[in-house]
Amino acid sequence: VKWKKEATNELILKQSVQKFTNFCHPTLPCNVLKFKSTTIMLDCGLDTTSVLNFLPLPLVHSPRLSKLPGWISKDGTINLEKELKDCAGRVFVDSQPEFCLPERELLDLSTIDVILISNYHCMMALPYITEHTGFTGTVYATEPTLQIGRLLMEEVVNFMERVPKAQSATCWKNKEIQRMLPGPLKDAVDVWTWKRCYSMQEVNSALSKVQLVGYSQKVELFGAVQVSPLSSGYSLGSSNWIIQSHHEKVSYVSGSSLLTTHPQPMDQSSLKNSDVLILTGLTQMPTANPDGMLGEFCSNLAMTIRAGGNVLVPCYSSGVIYDLLECLYQFIESASLGTTPFYFISPVANSSLEFSQIFAEWLCHNKQTKVYLPEPPFPHAELIQTNKLKHYPSIHGDFSSEFRQPCVVFTGHPSLRFGDVVHFMELWGKSSLNTIIFTEPDFSYLDALAPYQPLAMKCVYCPIDTRLNFHQVSKLLKEVQPLHVVCPEQYTQPPLTQSHRSDLMLELQPPPMPYRRCSVLNLPFRRRYERVYILPELANSLVPSEIKPGVSVATVSAVVHSKDNKHTLQSVPKPPPVAPSKKRKRVMDEPPVVLAPKPLLSGAVPLEAFLATLQKHGITEVKVEETADGHILHLQAEDTLIQLEEDGTHIVCDNNEPLRTTLRDLVLRFLQKL
Amino acid sequence: MPEINVTPLGAGQDVGRSCILVSIGGKNIMLDCGMHMGYNDDRRFPDFSYITQNGRLTDFLDCVIISHFHLDHCGALPYMSEMVGYDGPIYMTHPTKAICPILLEDFRKITVDKKGETNFFTSQMIKDCMKKVVPLNLHQTVQVDDELEIKAYYAGHVLGAAMVHIKVGSESVVYTVSVNKYAKSHISAWIDKCRPDILISESTYATTIRDSKRCRERDFLKKVHETIERGGKVLIPVFALGRAQELCILLETFWERMNLKAPIYFSTGLTEKANHYYKLFITWTNQKIRKTFVQRNMFEFKHIKAFDRSYADNPGPMVVFATPGMLHAGQSLQIFKKWAGNEKNMVIMPGYCVQGTIGHKILNGQRKLEMEGRATVRLLISFALTKRLIHVGKLLACVFCFHTLQLDVKLQVEYMSFSAHADAKGIMQLIRMAEPRNMLLVHGEAVKMEFLKGKIEQEFSIDCYMPANGETATVTTNPSVPVDISLNLLKREMALGGPLPDPKKPRTMHGTLIMKENSLKLVSSEQALKELGLNEHQLRFTCRVQLQDPHSDPDTLHRIYTHLKSVLKGYTIQHLPDGTVMVESIVIKVSSSAEDTNAKVLLLSWSYQVKHRHCPCSRLSKLGQKHNRLKT
Repeated sequence: VKWKKEATNELILKQSVQKFTNFCHPTLPCNVLKFKSTTIMLDCGLDTTSVLNFLPLPLVHSPRLSKLPGWISKDGTINLEKELKDCAGRVFVDSQPEFCLPERELLDLSTIDVILISNYHCMMALPYITEHTGFTGTVYATEPTLQIGRLLMEEVVNFMERVPKAQSATCWKNKEIQRMLPGPLKDAVDVWTWKRCYSMQEVNSALSKVQLVGYSQKVELFGAVQVSPLSSGYSLGSSNWIIQSHHEKVSYVSGSSLLTTHPQPMDQSSLKNSDVLILTGLTQMPTANPDGMLGEFCSNLAMTIRAGGNVLVPCYSSGVIYDLLECLYQFIESASLGTTPFYFISPVANSSLEFSQIFAEWLCHNKQTKVYLPEPPFPHAELIQTNKLKHYPSIHGDFSSEFRQPCVVFTGHPSLRFGDVVHFMELWGKSSLNTIIFTEPDFSYLDALAPYQPLAMKCVYCPIDTRLNFHQVSKLLKEVQPLHVVCPEQYTQPPLTQSHRSDLMLELQPPPMPYRRCSVLNLPFRRRYERVYILPELANSLVPSEIKPGVSVATVSAVVHSKDNKHTLQSVPKPPPVAPSKKRKRVMDEPPVVLAPKPLLSGAVPLEAFLATLQKHGITEVKVEETADGHILHLQAEDTLIQLEEDGTHIVCDNNEPLRTTLRDLVLRFLQKL
Repeated sequence: MPEINVTPLGAGQDVGRSCILVSIGGKNIMLDCGMHMGYNDDRRFPDFSYITQNGRLTDFLDCVIISHFHLDHCGALPYMSEMVGYDGPIYMTHPTKAICPILLEDFRKITVDKKGETNFFTSQMIKDCMKKVVPLNLHQTVQVDDELEIKAYYAGHVLGAAMVHIKVGSESVVYTVSVNKYAKSHISAWIDKCRPDILISESTYATTIRDSKRCRERDFLKKVHETIERGGKVLIPVFALGRAQELCILLETFWERMNLKAPIYFSTGLTEKANHYYKLFITWTNQKIRKTFVQRNMFEFKHIKAFDRSYADNPGPMVVFATPGMLHAGQSLQIFKKWAGNEKNMVIMPGYCVQGTIGHKILNGQRKLEMEGRATVRLLISFALTKRLIHVGKLLACVFCFHTLQLDVKLQVEYMSFSAHADAKGIMQLIRMAEPRNMLLVHGEAVKMEFLKGKIEQEFSIDCYMPANGETATVTTNPSVPVDISLNLLKREMALGGPLPDPKKPRTMHGTLIMKENSLKLVSSEQALKELGLNEHQLRFTCRVQLQDPHSDPDTLHRIYTHLKSVLKGYTIQHLPDGTVMVESIVIKVSSSAEDTNAKVLLLSWSYQVKHRHCPCSRLSKLGQKHNRLKT
């Protein structure tokens, strides 16, 4: 366990949410939270929308793409023919697609202690953060998140590596040149930091740093902070995180869903009593109802097939596809599509379908019950068994010989820039019989289709995003009542294109604290208390006295032991008895013994009772004089004055130590000690 | 002093009928609720009347936790919850929840339908009982109520077996079934160093220290191979769910590699279903199987085929897995009887056999078996756990006819402990991992427990208990008290320790503990006054010292000041403009009497809170006198 030096008082939230060039929903968060001197990175999302600026990577040589004209500026001064190609009036970079990374300059990545992953879509930047950066921390994720996240990374790496591109375009990134380029290239941000895809080796190394956690598991970080994942209901193994100490609680809500799909339902009640709730990953399609979209998806699919066309569904190989297949399972018979082949093509198609069946613990109740029978939880097992659904690692090999049309093809990547989908776009794009149905909300379909223009095939856009919408969020927040809400700036105002829709923003009291890319927020709470443990020996020696009904106090003198950020209180060891031979001559030279300080006193000394007590102790000659604030007692035999007042007692006597001690003890009898 | 009480209702110095009551921090928990295989009367189930003589158990138990699906750990569950009466939560892992009702139903069918017992739990009761089950995930911290929390760890005994960590406040108990030390190879880490007050462990194999698993596997394959080579038949009695699947995988890969042709059969109706469970709960199996399951599911066998009764008489070598595992009934016993006479054949017992079973007898070297009708009937009924035992009825009939049957055992008998019960080594390793303060052994034979107890006490110097059924082991705990300290107070103390707190250097702190309702707050005394709305009461002392000095009052004071400065090194001494001298927080004033200006009165004044080392009363007044002498 690393030793962490003292606790800091405030909580700093560093934010480096991706900026989206096309829309402004920060669904791929990457935040850093500093809490009690622990540095926690929340998610590791990768902005893949940058790939839309690149030409597609075809699996087989595409004469159309290779014949695209190069780009030369209108005045002819800039010639980037080799790097940039013009397609239907839009300019694309002819190079291996690159990703826009999370901000890495703002803080030293080697200082990050842990990374908490909320779902497999939010970990795609992991190798960029953990590899070659000096990162030595631990990544926490659930088992499905790790396994499926690995599949998604493997898929992207595979897509990129199987069609290597010799050239790597860099000239266009020159600031002076970029300024002259047509949009949207001109407006692309931080193009110098864009990176090519990582290798499989980097993926393996990054994922070897993942430690698996289960829902509601309490993980201690350096003894200072406890983190715990909660079901978020969005995807297999998706989680929200609670980051807390004994007295402070921060909830990180990212990519949650209240809809009933395949994952375990969202755990809402554990989010209660948060001091701060960080809210990210809301739906990117606040106006599209997932159920309605699903219906539209089915009817468009059936219509195309009946007309003899093919259907192309660009999708990720895990997630919504399970729901789509389940929906089709019920729909196929009623729509008499029983003979239509369904193909799922991805290097990880088989793994994804198999893995989905073995995570019973992470599924919704209905699916769990199926496993008890024992039956596979997802009906796609039956689709595969009855040969209605077939999966292939790529269009090469078995697929090319078994392929029958008309058919439905599920394949990636949803950006249409790489993967087998590029081939189907080239193959089917020219016929208006065919339909492409977009279901993933991450990419604007118009941008995705741009390099394929002109296009004859029909396009249907039914994005299915099950994450929370604004209505659900406000209901949720009403339920869990956090003291403060922190969220991306975009959630605090309606979308630019629909500025009148005040229902498409967060309206809260107190208003949420907005953040933007690279901003640093101080979270609004002060830590006041810390947990310590009193060891039994000391606890037994404490003498409590009741001050008020139900309230007792005891003075504590103890030795504090701090280890791994845990503090324990122990009895003060008795000073070793001084050997009589070593008697010091001068009292003043004695080393100062650390004694308990005298307690503070409270209360008042009642005159009559005090006089009675004095009498008992043989002090009988007392003259009482009344003053403005109390009484003065004159102990005549002892020539001593005692001044008794409401909030003070003053004993004035000559050099008579025994008497003073007696009087002190008598006074103390009437006072409370704190 | 708080204490934890542990009372076994079953499995106390005994194997079978696991049921352990734990009282910790005012909570009562039942660990496992099993049946005994050796009895078919009241002793079959734990004696719940220990908990209460009349009425339901709900009021007396906070929760029930089931460790795994073996009937000696969950067989009494429907009886307890539906017939005695318990409505609280029952915790078990997902695989256990899936498989447990199937085994219970089989058990019920055999007891009621075959033997015709009445007053037994019904199918509906099993269903109702399972409705009370709350599934547990690995490592999930489940809050049973505000104070009681439980957490499950992977135990690796059988599919879905779990260790549980039970915690109330700072007291805790860990209960584990037979821990498989190979559990560590499972991707989910083993138990952490949780330092429980008591570690309750099974000790079925307390005296065995087994060699490495790989050695045993090699040995097993060698023996099977040799028998096949010489044309013999191998019988491996197993239970449908458990190690069987692992042994199948082992043989399957061996056959593949050696290109062997001899048939392998698996003889139980439950197998297909069992394999299916293994497929769906693959995350609960070992790492090797998990890693490759996409390419090739290990539970889909190429060489292993379903067994038919007629195959037993086929000539030539073969390997048969047959249920049940202790050769006490059913198919395995039938085949055994057929093959026992031939010394070319071999029976490999891969697990523990309860006393009284044929498995137990032949393992102890008995070569002539008397199979008495009645005894066999009783055994058959109490052990018939699988669906295959539909044949039991027919078998019964023939056993009744024969009364006694002499059987010469000529085939080779081999014992291979593949059963996943913990051995001494595994338990010792577990103790090293979890570092318990006390150890408690259950589910084992008294003699063997005694041996292990001695070993544990010697090696770890911790107390080891082994209560018998109905006997209570009491462990006093000494929990520390959690308190909320004001950060200001803590930081003040931390700051005193220098910029970098040295963990070895203790720091003293003083404060006031406020106890209000259930909260304990430790704050500085000043803050305590403020929070309680109290006024401070000042207690001051003044001491008068007479001295003679001809100088004016301010001069006298100044002389005192200079003198003190020279004498009291290391003290803060200030001469304040208001005509006082401060030694630390002690105030010194000088006044002279009206009559005699030389007679000065030195007033020393200090408050009650002055630390003793500054306390001037004696020292300063002595000084005053010394001063007095000096001047005169």
